[in-house]
Amino acid sequence: MNKEDEKIQSLLKHVMPPIERELDRDLWPHMLRRLEQRASSVPWFDWALGALLVLGLFISPHTIPVLLYHL
Amino acid sequence: MAVLEQQTDLLQQFAQGDLAAFEALFRQHQAEVYRWTVRIVRDPGAAEDLTIETFWRIYRAHARFDPKRSFEAWARKVATNAALDHLKTARPEVALVQDFAATDTADPAVQRDIRERTQQAFRQLPAKLRVVAALALIEEQPYKEIADALGISVGAVKLRVFRATRHLRKNLKRLGVEP
Repeated sequence: MNKEDEKIQSLLKHVMPPIERELDRDLWPHMLRRLEQRASSVPWFDWALGALLVLGLFISPHTIPVLLYHL
Repeated sequence: MAVLEQQTDLLQQFAQGDLAAFEALFRQHQAEVYRWTVRIVRDPGAAEDLTIETFWRIYRAHARFDPKRSFEAWARKVATNAALDHLKTARPEVALVQDFAATDTADPAVQRDIRERTQQAFRQLPAKLRVVAALALIEEQPYKEIADALGISVGAVKLRVFRATRHLRKNLKRLGVEP
């Protein structure tokens, strides 16, 4: 690092000093909420599959009894 | 020896998707992940959100985790990626809040406008360079640690530091600040 670069680093450190910040609370309750939210949400590809099925039934309604028979 | 075995068991249970093991690892490592993240993003609120985001990514990827590897190193890597994604998407105008560390240690010798312009020059850096500049130039973290966290070589870190300094010099010049 040359002198010019050292000057930039020195200015940067002067203006934005290193951070010594500690976590002052337990984040586990937030993490748990996040896990619960994600667990209850339906993934986008499930919606896409559902939409495809509805579309398929709309295009060929004669398959509805076949589908109902197999359910 | 017993402690080491206990930790290995914990990592194995986590890799199998055990929520209790994940909670234990979360509690063990949340402070360290937060400390690392806040150094990169320099915003305590965002660092808390990113700590949760980091552990969410870790939880989703539990099946890919090798219990023989260091959980701490892996968590740091995931945290760095989450912070990088945050810096890429955060709008620069939004990020132009006063740097909280600077307000904590207000220095009368540094004029306010120079401080603001320097912060602006820093925030105008591309996200990839900003991460390296924060960790190497401000926090003075060892290049090896930065390289491991970014998943790149030490040589690549040095190159990014060089590019970040060059960008900063250009930005500062444009903003009328002579270091």
